[in-house]
Amino acid sequence: MSIEVVNIAKTFHTFRALRGVSLKIEAGELVALLGPSGSGKTTLLRIIAGLEQPDEGSGPILFDGEEMGHRAVGERQVGFVFQHYALFRHMTVFENVAFGLRVRPRKTRPTDAEVAEKVHALLRLVHLDSLFDRYPSQLSGGQRQRVALARSLAVEPKVLLLDEPFGALDAKVRQELRRWLRRLHDDIGVTSVFVTHDQEEALEVADRIVVMNEGTIEQVGTPDEVFHRPATEFVMKFLGNVNLFHGRVGGGKVQFAGVSADVPEGSVEDGAPLLSARVFVRPHELDLSLTPAGRGSFPAKVTRIHSAGPVVRLELEAETGEQVFAHIDHLRFQALGLSEGSRVFLLPRDLKLFTEDFSV
Amino acid sequence: MASASAWMRSVTPPQGRSVATTESAAVRWLLVAVAVGFLLLFLLAPLVAVFAEAFSAGLGAFLAALVDPDALSAVCLTLLVAGIAVPLNTIFGIAAAWAIAKFNFFGKNLLVTLIDLPLAVSPVISGLIYVLLFGRSGYLGPWLAAHDIKILFAAPGIVLATMFITFPFVARELIPLMQAQGTDDEEAARGLGATGWQTFLRVTLPNIKWGVLYGIVLCNARAMGEFGAVSVVSGHIRGETNTMPLHVEILYNEYNTAAAFAVASLLAVLALVTLVLKTVLEWKSARAHARPDIATAEEVRV
Repeated sequence: MSIEVVNIAKTFHTFRALRGVSLKIEAGELVALLGPSGSGKTTLLRIIAGLEQPDEGSGPILFDGEEMGHRAVGERQVGFVFQHYALFRHMTVFENVAFGLRVRPRKTRPTDAEVAEKVHALLRLVHLDSLFDRYPSQLSGGQRQRVALARSLAVEPKVLLLDEPFGALDAKVRQELRRWLRRLHDDIGVTSVFVTHDQEEALEVADRIVVMNEGTIEQVGTPDEVFHRPATEFVMKFLGNVNLFHGRVGGGKVQFAGVSADVPEGSVEDGAPLLSARVFVRPHELDLSLTPAGRGSFPAKVTRIHSAGPVVRLELEAETGEQVFAHIDHLRFQALGLSEGSRVFLLPRDLKLFTEDFSV
Repeated sequence: MASASAWMRSVTPPQGRSVATTESAAVRWLLVAVAVGFLLLFLLAPLVAVFAEAFSAGLGAFLAALVDPDALSAVCLTLLVAGIAVPLNTIFGIAAAWAIAKFNFFGKNLLVTLIDLPLAVSPVISGLIYVLLFGRSGYLGPWLAAHDIKILFAAPGIVLATMFITFPFVARELIPLMQAQGTDDEEAARGLGATGWQTFLRVTLPNIKWGVLYGIVLCNARAMGEFGAVSVVSGHIRGETNTMPLHVEILYNEYNTAAAFAVASLLAVLALVTLVLKTVLEWKSARAHARPDIATAEEVRV
């Protein structure tokens, strides 16, 4: 089922959580709402679910083109998974999953045998069938999260909404569970939206990412698009590490850190007066060499080396004073024979420019 | 290895307590002795005295004092008053706590303050408020007299005064508990298609049941033991409008000490039962709410 929201605004007292957000999610997609806390991502999710009412004057909330704004949460056929699971602690795992079936009106309520069959099928789906008679307090965080998911699927939702589904889990369980969620989504194909503040999680799991900031949408795109072609400075900074240089752009050139480089992919400002610009280079897009490597390279001094981990992370100081981070692989690091205090030349392989009103 | 285990012993304090919060044995014994001595002198000694006095004229006199018609009438009235006031206050208390903990509305802080009012006001004043309202020269007195409705100096007045005094117990017990639990469970239930009533019965009520019982126990103890407010509105009509505490006072004023303490011993037993129930319920609710992502009931109550 597709979801479309148009011009949704929400204000809590004086805090504007959403400032006119419009978004379309296609049927069967797995979409991440990504942003820092206070960006409005959870509020948007709760408004889609019907747990929160948008402000007066907001546009419609459409499921497959059908207006849902006036319907209560129970009538929207959404499955909602809470950050802290919200499992009913006085009920067993079985009863938690069965809840949505048992509260149906008498006419449509399934028999006990039907309930049992369905609940066990769902528990097998989330690999928890053996724990059906446990109480939530006897489960680990990851197991609780899977019970919450099974419970929300019991009502056969057309849309699955997950609020920070892995937020309360430790790093290792988190990684396993998000791969599992991706596979589960591919199996059952229900339109799913999840909220996260972890860019790595969004990049790994989602078909499309909606990057949010201060109640607005900064960019909507595939993980590749938002990572490699960020539409705004915020997206650039939020998705991965960056080095920031203050420079000037004009005449097809950009000047920063004492060097001049071509503005990538054709200049939009050819012949214009010099504009101040912010230049972003990701740490893994910096080449290191011991001698100057062409016009675009600039000298720097290594101040710190972190060599534990899959890449060597270097902290450097450019001659113009900026602190620079570079990530290089271990082979290259050994070939260069670097130590703290070494002098090197840095060559950006790729860079992103943002001025006040345009970006390249 | 040997040196390592010796080191472990030297830094690991007994029973898992940290070195920083452990006092010397002398200080610990002194503190315990002071606390126990105080309890013995001011709490246990009076309790023993009550039972000693009750049986001072022998078992026969004790039983006679209890089966005396006036005493039986007082016991019945006390049970009637508690039987009405406690269930009603339980319903009001749950409703008030539900409204305060789960919804935001204008005047919420005022409501919270009002719930505490009976605890802040002297019980005698509470009783006088009812005299002012329902008394012969009170605001509603003439209308009540015209319609032949007796409230003051009758059971209805005693019930009303008791309800006023005991209103906060259930509500105050539940508000922090329900606030700490938040509204996620209810939202989850609604999202799964439960109606408001189903959500309350199947999710909210089981979550707060130990808190409710705890509130009921405290509310009941106070309802049966209340003296000040009831004394003002009762009129002290023997065999008609005397509750157990009022009956004890009357017997005492008549120098019938043994009978007074016999009835008083019933109230003391009630207090002991209350204490046991309270301890059991606190233990149960602490266990029920021991969940890693939520504070325990003990922490919430502080």
